[in-house]
Amino acid sequence: MSDGTITIGLGHFLIVAAILFTIGVLGIFINRKNVIVILMSIELMLLAVNINFVAFSVFQHNLLGQVFSMIVLTVAAAEAAIGLAILVVYFRNRGSIAVEDINLMKG
Amino acid sequence: MNFTSLYTAFPEISLAVFAMLMLIYGVVRGERSAQTVGIASFVAVLSIMIFVLKLGFIYSPGFPKLHISAGCYGCYAFDYMFIDDAFARFVKVILLCGSALSIILSWTYLKKENLSHPEYPILILFATLGMLLMVSANDLLALYVGLELQSLSLYVLAAYNRDNAKSSESGLKYFVLGALSSGLLLYGISLIYGYTGVTKFTSLSKLFIDMHQPPIGVLFGLVFICAGLAFKVSAVPFHMWTPDVYEGAPTPVTAFFAAAPKVAALAVLARLLIVPFGSLAHQWGQIIVFISVASMLLGSFAGLVQSSIKRLMAYSSIANVGYALVGIIVGGTAGMQALLIYVAIYFINTLGVFAVILSLRRKGKSLDRIVDFSGLAKTNPLLALTMVIFMFSLAGVPPLAGFFGKYFIFLAAVKAGMMPLAIIGVLTSVVSAYYYLRIIKLMYFDDGINIFDPLPEFGLRIVLAISALYMIVFTIWPAPIIDQALIAAHSLTGG
Repeated sequence: MSDGTITIGLGHFLIVAAILFTIGVLGIFINRKNVIVILMSIELMLLAVNINFVAFSVFQHNLLGQVFSMIVLTVAAAEAAIGLAILVVYFRNRGSIAVEDINLMKG
Repeated sequence: MNFTSLYTAFPEISLAVFAMLMLIYGVVRGERSAQTVGIASFVAVLSIMIFVLKLGFIYSPGFPKLHISAGCYGCYAFDYMFIDDAFARFVKVILLCGSALSIILSWTYLKKENLSHPEYPILILFATLGMLLMVSANDLLALYVGLELQSLSLYVLAAYNRDNAKSSESGLKYFVLGALSSGLLLYGISLIYGYTGVTKFTSLSKLFIDMHQPPIGVLFGLVFICAGLAFKVSAVPFHMWTPDVYEGAPTPVTAFFAAAPKVAALAVLARLLIVPFGSLAHQWGQIIVFISVASMLLGSFAGLVQSSIKRLMAYSSIANVGYALVGIIVGGTAGMQALLIYVAIYFINTLGVFAVILSLRRKGKSLDRIVDFSGLAKTNPLLALTMVIFMFSLAGVPPLAGFFGKYFIFLAAVKAGMMPLAIIGVLTSVVSAYYYLRIIKLMYFDDGINIFDPLPEFGLRIVLAISALYMIVFTIWPAPIIDQALIAAHSLTGG
């Protein structure tokens, strides 16, 4: 800090991850347009978690977090595949993927 | 190479191998294989239940023990990631029973609705595998992987009727909210990992016992994990997906949802809150009390105004989760025992109700409005009688099993000095008795279009008979389940 440079510490990583996670959650709830945006928000949440894991892992000199983030990446891929597949089936039945149209059942 | 691990996880490994073989067989043989795969999966689930019981027999005290560490009747595998204690075994037997019964429950329905594909039993097998891994998890990583295996299979099952708009909509809703809850859970896990450096339940437990005041990050993580799992058990602030998914999914899938995944998620929540976070009980206590009371209230009152029987069962399941959570709040051996007895009765009770719903057809079309039950007693007295047994049991009318489930829960709460919780529980169960008894009134005293198809074949009859008998036999001979639940509770609390 003394020579004018900023050291990037754990806190900075955690703040970035927290912001990304919040954007992801808000994207799911506030978004009124398109289901694809919801799928992107879900990915954003999982990536925020990955940043958390990797940052903790590096600052603690503990590999567990990186193992965890690899597994989260794999599961996220499977999750996206299944989400898109369900979305395709839904589109075939309804002819629309607008969030407002998901209203066959109240709730 | 440590072969002991393979031995401990033998039921799970064999289920995984079997499910993958069936997948290959289904792909090679195509649509023709649906029936074979269904029967084979049913047999496999039953045999795996025998493996689970047999392992318990070998590990039980008095028999040669393999690799047992102190304080745990069970045995660890894969570097302490996997635990096979009496608690896990008790829940696994429930889960496997639930899966086996929901496989036979679905045969008639799928054939009549032209949905008989080999994927159906295979997806149930994978979901079951995920649930078994979940309840045996002794590490947050193993927990996450098991939970996702279960959830991903369930998303597909909810959207299984792919030409039906409601079914695909319910799959989509379940997917979005399920993924959100996994995200919350994962964020919580990352905070717990970050502030402690470990993810094993046993290490976390040791760490928190020594800790005077847990860091704020751990508390945040705990809240996120509770929220994520509350989604999975559909407890109140996170219940909004339940009625829609229950209504939209094909009825046998709904039956499976109500029976197995809910039990698995409750068991995971119990293990998580009692083992690693046991010493933080007054931190999570308030959250779980709020969730429990809110679920009991909403489940009972919102159920009063429903017209679809599947939505009614969704609210009923929300209320029942509220009662089960009382067991977790009480904690200790008594609370855990009550929780286990409760879920052991509840899962088979709901399966029975869904078997009745599936039997209810008029000119080949399935019925799902509550008023469709009108006059059932005149056309089909036997079916009406079984429904009476299930409804009385859910309402908690004394001679039937459901009464004992609630009795143990409220008894544990009263003994632990949690009178308000027990009083709210009793009052809400009186409220919910209204909607259960209303169905009985419709069946016996109201006139409807008295035309119902005759009772369908084999599969449904078996489920109806087993679950109705269970409701009665438990009253006469409850000892096996109560004793086993006590052993299981001991293995969790170490008492």
